[in-house]
Amino acid sequence: MVSVKRASSTVSKRVKRVAKVTRTRRGASGPLRARRGTARGARAVRVPRRAAAGAEGARPNLRLVPAKLVADTVAALCKRMAVDLSPGYLDAMRRAVTEERSETGIVVLNTLLQNAELAKSEGLPTCQDTGVTIVHVKAGADVHIEGASLEEAVNAGVRRGYEEGYLRMSVVGDPLLQRVNTKTNTPAVMHYEVVPGDRIWIRVMEKGTGAENMSQLKMLTPAGGVEGVKDFVMKVVDEAGPNACPPLIVGVGIGGTFDQVGWLAKKAVMRVMGARNADPRYAALEEELRKMVNTIGSGPQGLGGVVTALEVRVEVAPCHIGALPVAVNLECHAHRVQEVTL
Amino acid sequence: MSAPVQVRTPLEEAQLKGLKAGDLCEITGVLFTARDAAHKRFLEAIRKGEPLPVDLRGQILYYVGPTPAKAGQVIGSAGPTTAVRMDSYLETMLARTGLKATIGKGHRTRGAVEAMKRHGAVYFAALGGAGALLSKHIKKAEVVAYEDLGTEACRRLEVERFPVYCINDLAGNDFYRQSKAKWQTWKKPKAVEAAGEGLD
Repeated sequence: MVSVKRASSTVSKRVKRVAKVTRTRRGASGPLRARRGTARGARAVRVPRRAAAGAEGARPNLRLVPAKLVADTVAALCKRMAVDLSPGYLDAMRRAVTEERSETGIVVLNTLLQNAELAKSEGLPTCQDTGVTIVHVKAGADVHIEGASLEEAVNAGVRRGYEEGYLRMSVVGDPLLQRVNTKTNTPAVMHYEVVPGDRIWIRVMEKGTGAENMSQLKMLTPAGGVEGVKDFVMKVVDEAGPNACPPLIVGVGIGGTFDQVGWLAKKAVMRVMGARNADPRYAALEEELRKMVNTIGSGPQGLGGVVTALEVRVEVAPCHIGALPVAVNLECHAHRVQEVTL
Repeated sequence: MSAPVQVRTPLEEAQLKGLKAGDLCEITGVLFTARDAAHKRFLEAIRKGEPLPVDLRGQILYYVGPTPAKAGQVIGSAGPTTAVRMDSYLETMLARTGLKATIGKGHRTRGAVEAMKRHGAVYFAALGGAGALLSKHIKKAEVVAYEDLGTEACRRLEVERFPVYCINDLAGNDFYRQSKAKWQTWKKPKAVEAAGEGLD
């Protein structure tokens, strides 16, 4: 207990003592680009934190980021992604038009592309389900958010982005006993990681629930192996049918624990378009699964065809000797993910 | 592809009989909107024997929760939500309100399809995720009940050539199942098949 207290007081003392820290400003390069200050040079020599705080003249490597900048950034991302689907995604949809063989499927894909164009030109959300907001933050250990907690800053950004962007508020405060809309779309679902460095990376997703509701998780046994995983992915995509709004992005989490595997699947869904698993064996599995699910026949919007999924993505983690958890998180074609590094 | 079938509200039996699963239709007239929360209130009112705030005889219910309209807009983005969530309410709605069609997206349960057959109702699907495009077919929108529900309020929409596919016709045909079967090249293992039944 004592050590905890001491540690926190050290941090606060250090923050106060920092005379020349890097500040992130709204520069000419736009609100989303952070400007680097002089502290970078100081990184070459890393001074242990306690020593840094105590030693005369030594300067710790701490960077202050105003909470308002975090909120502004999140608000801007929320507004933009609802109306402006990423170019990588649109390319994948155009490719799908050339791959689809069903006449209705081609009409559907072209209509969705037309919808995306109209949404962008008129500033209208591509889909009325502007989702629950999922925020993945990788905060450098040398970053300090100034003025509010990271969570407060992110939620302030979500609230403002959804208000200013005329997005739909789709969150109820209590899931079961009193389903009352919070009318702010908060709280966001947040995932934090602390990483080395003094940057803060924020990836935001607006996740519609049609596809989320058709996602499933199963604790396989190790005996199930690769075949067990494939069967489960096929089962989930098959059962989802038209409900999940195909063409889908299928996120598959394998390994970890019950709680972790769902996040692995979500992380897969949140990946940049076209990015493959770094391990070539899993990259091959991704491609094999994509071909497999496209034999199910659901097709665009479930009206039949050979493009049920645009991509299948796999994320893995070490797991218990007796476990093989698998989670399949489905994402509809209204794929809204954007990121920024501050 | 043949020209879209023109559908006008209120729906009449002859018109409903002419619809076939797989028809691309364009609806002109009035749609009422309701999703999860409004349905809950409809059912509470029916249970208490109170009149519903809207007369749904011969009408179409559109499962949608639009984004807010900006100044000068009739409505925000307004695509369909997943219909299956309303299936537990459907039988009562058809039996007690005279409702003749619903618009959503995705499968209905077998029970819901049976109820539609019994009550002479059809199910249409609009394109999920095409909310911007669909909003352009909505010419007028007003909240008629449950304003406190925000996006989930019950609205009256006036639409012109609102595009939908007929999924379940009066005979209970299912366009989703038909088209999936046509394109499916996967041999579904028995175990998966059994699990799939659970959805219905």
